[in-house]
Amino acid sequence: MTRHVVASVDGFPDKGIRRIEVAGREICLIRVGEEFFALLDRCPHAGARLSGGRLSGTVESDGPGDYRLCRKAEMLKCPWHGWEYDVRTGQSWSDPKSTRTRAYAVEAVAGGELVKGPYVADTVPVEVEGKYVVVDLPEPAARRADTSTKA
Amino acid sequence: MNRPLVETEGTTRLRIVDCDIHPTQKSPAALFPYMEKRWVEHLQTFGSHIRQALVGQLSYPRMTANGMRMDARPTDGPPGSSLEMLREQHLDLLDIEVGHLIALGRGGMEERNPDLSAAMARAVNDWQIAEWVEPEPRLRAGIVVPQDNPEAAVAEIERRAGDRRFVQVIMSTRPNETLGARKYWPIYAAAAEAGLPLCLHPAGYSSGKPSTGTGWPSFYFQEHYTFVPGSEALVTSLIIEGVVEAFPKLKVAIIEGGFSWAPALGWRMDKHFDTFHKEVPHLKRKPSDYMKEHFWWATQPMEEPKNGRHIADVIDWIGWDRILYSSDYPHWDYDDAYRIFRFPVEPHQRESVLGGNARKLYGYA
Amino acid sequence: MPSRRPLRIDADFHLPQAEVGDLLPFLDEYWQMQVTDRELPSMPFRLTSYPANAPLTRNPDFEGLDVPAALDRFGTGIAIASMLHGVVALHNPHMRAALLSAVNDYVAATWLDAEPRLRGSIYVSGEDPAASVAEIERLSGDRRFVQVLMLAMQEIHHGNRHYWPIYEACQKHGLTLAIHAGGLYRIPPSVSGWPSYQFEDYVMQSMAFENILTGFLGEGVFQKFPDLHVVFLESGFAWLPTTIWRNDKTWRGVRQEVPWLDRKPSEVMAGRVFLSLQPADPPGADELRQTLKHIGSTDMLLYSTDYPHRQFTGDEPLPAGLPEEALPGILVANALRAYPRLADDPAVRQAAEAMEETT
Repeated sequence: MTRHVVASVDGFPDKGIRRIEVAGREICLIRVGEEFFALLDRCPHAGARLSGGRLSGTVESDGPGDYRLCRKAEMLKCPWHGWEYDVRTGQSWSDPKSTRTRAYAVEAVAGGELVKGPYVADTVPVEVEGKYVVVDLPEPAARRADTSTKA
Repeated sequence: MNRPLVETEGTTRLRIVDCDIHPTQKSPAALFPYMEKRWVEHLQTFGSHIRQALVGQLSYPRMTANGMRMDARPTDGPPGSSLEMLREQHLDLLDIEVGHLIALGRGGMEERNPDLSAAMARAVNDWQIAEWVEPEPRLRAGIVVPQDNPEAAVAEIERRAGDRRFVQVIMSTRPNETLGARKYWPIYAAAAEAGLPLCLHPAGYSSGKPSTGTGWPSFYFQEHYTFVPGSEALVTSLIIEGVVEAFPKLKVAIIEGGFSWAPALGWRMDKHFDTFHKEVPHLKRKPSDYMKEHFWWATQPMEEPKNGRHIADVIDWIGWDRILYSSDYPHWDYDDAYRIFRFPVEPHQRESVLGGNARKLYGYA
Repeated sequence: MPSRRPLRIDADFHLPQAEVGDLLPFLDEYWQMQVTDRELPSMPFRLTSYPANAPLTRNPDFEGLDVPAALDRFGTGIAIASMLHGVVALHNPHMRAALLSAVNDYVAATWLDAEPRLRGSIYVSGEDPAASVAEIERLSGDRRFVQVLMLAMQEIHHGNRHYWPIYEACQKHGLTLAIHAGGLYRIPPSVSGWPSYQFEDYVMQSMAFENILTGFLGEGVFQKFPDLHVVFLESGFAWLPTTIWRNDKTWRGVRQEVPWLDRKPSEVMAGRVFLSLQPADPPGADELRQTLKHIGSTDMLLYSTDYPHRQFTGDEPLPAGLPEEALPGILVANALRAYPRLADDPAVRQAAEAMEETT
């Protein structure tokens, strides 16, 4: 792992999103409060740069007309198709838990249990050292193969 | 740029034709230089007059960024108003050879004042040439016509027909009457005569009719779906009312209405033709024959079934020579040309869909 | 009458329309007077959707085939019958409600009493949910009524909360909600406007069902009424793949608007929506097989003849190409999941069990 200083904490706004290039890779750097998160800057669905997206929350519901905003600013919405990614894990959250039994379904909605969707955006370890935001990258940086080249 | 997605080494360049790019004005006033003073004053005083409560706005607000790609807003206007950004984000990035402009807003397609609608269409057509096609020769214009003033629509087609930079005729898909109605036939005659395909792209809410045959939906989730039955109804109308029988040279491109429903609609029309053919003796062949001969279909928004090959089944029926790539730039459900096939395709199939079919339909070299 | 063919439950079987005069015994004095004074018997109240003499409405192959003979001919064990009467299109809410009640009572007295293979539909208007709920409550004790019936093309979208009292009453009484092709013609059959030909109107019925299904999903009807089952009659089904693919994709991007859709729409509708088999639009066995492959299941298909409408020729309403292993579901088991009242019906259970023993 190689550590790269990629930004200074001062001047990086809360709920800010920046695209940075480090060691030949494009990274989407996100600040939420005092925490920083980093994702590889490409949506695994259709290839958009996630750094062009917006921070959002998840919405849970007990039924028609019921809206509860949860995990404010912890989801990144892709700038194109609006798919939501958890900034902490890179996990797509657009496929909430599927339950087959009716009685359980109602409770599952109330509990807001979410399970993993089919797509995961790559996350990159990131930490704050004093005034700087530091990203840990493995080396050599292997390029991700794109599925469309195989089609 | 995030584009080294396709291995170009050792392969020939994909010559992409994008059949759906939406240019827009930086502000409503951007069209005023293309209008007589009389209409400028009219618009400044009365605005446009349509069959919708919210003029120039969405009664189904989109989920993000007003229905646009969040990353496509230039600093000096709405998404789709910057040629520089279109080049950078799309034409250059995807190496688009030809891009078709579909100017949806402010073209007067659904304006009720017949003379104003003609003036607006003329202005938006001049504007496409002056501000987009002139400076960017990869782009082609589409003749926006005021279809509910058919006489003016025909005049507009005739005015533009000799200008090869206009490649098709664009009508509203939510007109006053169903598109098969005789009232519109002079427009089809003019398009066929000029050798220009008819381009149908869902737009607007101002037909004064609910967006489904069973009332207005409540949510954008449902409204987004109405593009499909809306487009199915247009194809049904143009075939059964006898338009394509009457104008054998007419070619119709269905843009952003989907294509995966085409087989099922063809089968349905054929099946019930058996029961109803005596009502429509003007039809000489079975409806799906007309469908296969007269219609082309754009890809976006490409469906993503769990098994991507199901899309290939559908295209096998329609014909690989009938599917046209479209991106819908700068709208939120944009499709990247290099990402639309989520299933294996032969190189010649990819080439046809991404450009070859459009080059044949529109007569490009 | 008893045949060796396995049990068949026909989800879409039509009774001949009652003349207005036939309804008189089922009306109170005031409405009897109104019918007489306003000369209503001179108006048969026939729906534009089904022109009386068109081949669609009256299959020439079925000439002389009355209801019992039709049940015999197709080996039908149970037929869920409906009378698509035009009184539903009246604007006067009181006259409409009185005549709809009369139609329902007429069906019970004339058909359900006489023919044990028939089950009935409580025919209601979507325009007056309060009156419709009252009608459902009035008839809910008669277990021979297994569904509540509305037309596909109404003025207000089917998912809309306007109708929810009706859906609630369905759920409460274990009545399935059936939407049948046809319309009130309050609004054009598509956004594109009024077509010139009947043929177009009929083709567009399936487009209405696409919107209806998307509407039920988007408006949260399946979440709000977890025990409600919905049956689409004469809807076609070859349009389903597009609807499933589209809605699943769109949902990912617009989920925040309709968060009650807590799973992919295709998963939400599974086991909740059923469609009648006729008209089977795919032209041949290959096309049918491809359609079923794209839908991914045959669990939502219900055997139907659509008698006396013309959807097939010959004696076999089952289209070629249905997989053999899907037949028990299509002929019986799916209907027992779609219709809680049929599943509770001792006569039906007995017949279904007998079939299992023989197969």
